[in-house]
Amino acid sequence: MTIFGWRIPLAASLAVWFLAWEAVGQAKLSMIVPPVSAVVVAGMELMPTQKFLSAAWITLTAFGTGLGLAIVVGIALGVLMARVPRVGDILGLWVNIFVSAPISALVPMLMAIVGIGQATVVVTVFLFAVFVIILDTEVGVRQASPSLLEMARSFGASRRQLYAKVLILAALPEILAGVRLGVIRGVKGVVIGQLLISIIGIGEMFELYSRNFLMEEFWALVILVFLFAFAVSESVAWLERRIEYYAGAR
Amino acid sequence: MDGKIIVDVKGVSKTYEGGVEALQDVHLAVPPGRLTTFLGPSGCGKTTLLKIIAGLIEPTAGDVLVKGRRISGPGPERAFVFQDFALLPWANVLRNVAFGLELRGMPVPERHAVARTYIAEVGLAGFEESYPSQLSGGMRQRVGLARALAVDADILLMDEPFSSVDEQTRRKFQEDLLALLGHQRKTVIFVTHSIEEAVYLSDRIVLLSRRPGKVSRVIESNIDRSGSPDDIRRDRNYLDAVDEIWRTLKAYLP
Repeated sequence: MTIFGWRIPLAASLAVWFLAWEAVGQAKLSMIVPPVSAVVVAGMELMPTQKFLSAAWITLTAFGTGLGLAIVVGIALGVLMARVPRVGDILGLWVNIFVSAPISALVPMLMAIVGIGQATVVVTVFLFAVFVIILDTEVGVRQASPSLLEMARSFGASRRQLYAKVLILAALPEILAGVRLGVIRGVKGVVIGQLLISIIGIGEMFELYSRNFLMEEFWALVILVFLFAFAVSESVAWLERRIEYYAGAR
Repeated sequence: MDGKIIVDVKGVSKTYEGGVEALQDVHLAVPPGRLTTFLGPSGCGKTTLLKIIAGLIEPTAGDVLVKGRRISGPGPERAFVFQDFALLPWANVLRNVAFGLELRGMPVPERHAVARTYIAEVGLAGFEESYPSQLSGGMRQRVGLARALAVDADILLMDEPFSSVDEQTRRKFQEDLLALLGHQRKTVIFVTHSIEEAVYLSDRIVLLSRRPGKVSRVIESNIDRSGSPDDIRRDRNYLDAVDEIWRTLKAYLP
């Protein structure tokens, strides 16, 4: 970024916003905007507490389990839909409906079916993440060059080799793009699931802080969740960039 | 088994879904150790015929016998060179060339040793670690050729291998291919739509008619191949064969 001929590092934009935030906070214009320095202090105090650590652990477990399931099921179903026309016909419409549907609307129903607890959050994360992974995997496998498949067949590839050594690798850029979107949606899923259930994990803490107007802690928690989402999404993006040489080769 | 015939196409027909009749009752015997070209206008089913011989496409009727045995799919005695190269974009030259051997379960050190030999054979020594995207079209097709040679099949099936390569590269490649085959003792079936290429490369040219494809003529040219590549292109018999094929093919053009 260049302003008046001066090269400004991108992080400077964050600094400007934090300064503005601090000014608004110090001016005490609104009680829901505490100064950013107070938020940082609250965050530092919050992080080592037993309450935060156990909430974070519960949240991470739900996120990890739900996302892991979504990745396994999503890739398997995506490949199946691309390779078996009948499966694609049957599931295609549903996946397309659910990928754009507001899954949060289903959470209350999930509570009725799965119960109010960790399992519901896991299912919520799964539902948030799985459809975009299915869709991207399907596209990737469908786009795999038919001549690569023919080549593998002509050199005597078995069915297993065809999938492991050609199809999955050919679809890898799309699969990873799907997983990255799935990760981002999964973070939303875990927060929304816990907020709606509001008796476990980070969701419970959000509920507690907002109900009692503990705005410093509330904002500290928001920033931590944002940072977490950014970090996981960036690490998948890093993985995507590592195989980029290959996307350009197609 | 007839010692004089390595690939025997018996009454092969192919009708695609939707009713497009690509081939109709094709009979053809291919002698071993020679380079046979399939030549014909685009859409005459020559690639279809080659892929049926490769076992990649199932004929609607008829049989293909390779070394006297009826085929029902691809086999280790046949190797294919693809028009669009069909290289794995995520694998380097070494792994691409060794891919056929990898599928057969040959251990890494052995298959890499074999691959290195053929990479050198096609003139790509030094490019083992390069990726296909870093190579020119001509070099990519050399990789495709090395991969087909590496599995040591008796029969090399080449589907318009030079059609996406520029003219100068193609000529060089044709010369190299002839030199290579001079000491490889392979049977080669080569599909092309270029009359000059067919006549330059082979002494046995199978002309296919327009769709539905049939064998219309088999031309055996008697070109003296002892001279340099440029001598061949000025050979009386070379020019006559090109002329004769052009006159035959002209009849099929709309």
